[in-house]
Amino acid sequence: MKRESRQKVQEILVSWPSLFWLCLFFIIPTLFVFAIALKPANPYGGIGPGWTLDNLRALANSNYLTVAWRTVWISVFSAAICLVLSTPIGYYLARVSARWKGFFLMLIIVPFWTNFLVRIFAWKVLLHPEGAIKKALALVGLIGPQTSLLYNSGAVVLVTVYAFLPFTILPIYAAAEKFDFQLLEAARDLGAKPFQAFSRVFLPGIRRGLLTALLFVFIPALGSYVIPDIVGGPGGEMIGNKIAQRVFVDRNLPLASALSVVLILSVLAPLLAVLVLQRKREKPESLI
Amino acid sequence: MSEFLEFREVAKRFGTIQAVGGVSLSIKKGEFYSLLGPSGCGKTTMLRLAAGFEYPDTGRIILDGQDITDLPPDKRKVNTIFQSYALFPHLTVWENIAFGLRVAKKPKEEIASEVEAMLRLIRMGGEAGKKPDQLSGGQKQRVAIARALINKPQVLLLDEPLAALDLKLRQRMLIELDMIHDQVGITFLYVTHDQGEAMSLSDRIAVMDSGRIEQVGSPAEIYEAPRTSFVAAFIGDTNFLEGEVTGLLDKEYCQVRIADIPGVICFNDKSMKPGSPVYLSIRPEKIHISRDRPEESRQVNILPAVVEDMIYLGSTTKYWVKTHGLRIQVLRQHFRFFLDEKPIRWNDDVWIWWHGDDGFMLDRYRAIDENLVALPPQKVGEPEAGGEKR
Repeated sequence: MKRESRQKVQEILVSWPSLFWLCLFFIIPTLFVFAIALKPANPYGGIGPGWTLDNLRALANSNYLTVAWRTVWISVFSAAICLVLSTPIGYYLARVSARWKGFFLMLIIVPFWTNFLVRIFAWKVLLHPEGAIKKALALVGLIGPQTSLLYNSGAVVLVTVYAFLPFTILPIYAAAEKFDFQLLEAARDLGAKPFQAFSRVFLPGIRRGLLTALLFVFIPALGSYVIPDIVGGPGGEMIGNKIAQRVFVDRNLPLASALSVVLILSVLAPLLAVLVLQRKREKPESLI
Repeated sequence: MSEFLEFREVAKRFGTIQAVGGVSLSIKKGEFYSLLGPSGCGKTTMLRLAAGFEYPDTGRIILDGQDITDLPPDKRKVNTIFQSYALFPHLTVWENIAFGLRVAKKPKEEIASEVEAMLRLIRMGGEAGKKPDQLSGGQKQRVAIARALINKPQVLLLDEPLAALDLKLRQRMLIELDMIHDQVGITFLYVTHDQGEAMSLSDRIAVMDSGRIEQVGSPAEIYEAPRTSFVAAFIGDTNFLEGEVTGLLDKEYCQVRIADIPGVICFNDKSMKPGSPVYLSIRPEKIHISRDRPEESRQVNILPAVVEDMIYLGSTTKYWVKTHGLRIQVLRQHFRFFLDEKPIRWNDDVWIWWHGDDGFMLDRYRAIDENLVALPPQKVGEPEAGGEKR
């Protein structure tokens, strides 16, 4: 009993610095955001006295609802495409010989050496009406000469998938690496067709990796700001852009905070749902 | 009965390694057939070829008159029991057993009744809702058997199914496997490196080495009449004595010179000519040992020897004796224990003798056999450290 309690104390001591860090720079500021959302704005870009629910009421504006809906579907779409693309890649990486594995993993990580903004901006060049992709597709006749590849929701999805693909490949690969591939043979042996073996045995086998990958795209995508700002245009705006506009253009911090609160809650909700679901199904395990 | 599962000149190469080199085998319907051999001999590859996980470089595989060489694993009416069991960890015992019927899209009621019947067969009705990681080794084994049998395969392939179990459990599962084989009456192809398992279960055994079949026969044939020195050394213990045929006594017996022993009498079943080099193999339990000189007889070889080592094994004692510079193993069964008997001890002078019929002459002796013979043979059958998995 003594030993156990001492271990507990040690655990708390070890985690104390990070807990302190999280409290000071994450939890307390988040609470500030929640508080500011309930304050009125003053005309000088500051925060007025008293409390009000006006900011939250302002969110019912149909303009915000449109943007919120778009934010959700862009995130869902991007996450789904990322998972669909990453699963075969993760499968392949886990099966390929060690030499090639190192090479491919490097290829996945190399893009990170270039600044995120630069990479996003490169897409603007690529998708530009005078850009190479647009011209090539128009030449082949797949799109009309007037079709715009840039400044729409499709461009946002495309670039989001591009930006987050490595973050979904890695957890799926990590899960596939631990998967016992003899189980696929067993499934085939028992009469499963290749696709049945894949969907009934491989996918459940790496479900933890899939879940992690899903959260890795979905949550950042919900709050993304840079990507829709650069390639989205007015038709590809997301909540992140709205928040930025309230802060930088309108200088209305309380309304920006109210928007942020909605965003935070909508990110927390799926996360909590996943955690509760896991707790219910089996002994708690880490997400990664 | 005629051939049921047939390998015709099947060969398979992995890179530079010839895993299986032109093997032909035919297995009868309902037979319990074992592939026995050391690790890396190609027996697991044979099983994987039959299951459809590997495609042969040359040769065909025939099941019940149908060429199945080109069929994928899910189209073959064979099922495998993997060494690691390969139970699906995300499914319960019930769902694991039901897997084959579910992918075949059988009606729900049929699946339920079949699975219940299987659970009864393996006596695990109480564990139906457990996940594989909550089961013991023997239980996992039984689930693996049920999961394979529910598909009603024509042949059940077993890849060292008992290797991961401890000794007592292995003995119990051996009996259980035998019972299941009798109950379901399907053909079993059993791969093992354990001669004890192969001996006790099989109707016939094929001894494999380096991708080739050394000998096919019933357990007794394999043990009592090994055709090659590899088989003699791999199955059970034996003494190998190098010598040369010096003369023929009559139609049946000949004389062999071994080291400086001039006239060892041996049954000449291979009709060896005088002058041909031979390897005489004599099983340790066929050699008698005693302090007193036995009575002379025409076909009995009697040699004086000195005891160098001995191990008491309970029901038997194993002696290593030296005679004419040769080290010979002798196994003595204890029949009756006399307290006043003066037991044979180290450095005692003893007599050893064996009947000419109990030695057999072998003419092949390859480099690989030498390793086997040089090893204490009881090590050969032990679980190996890696190298087998492909």
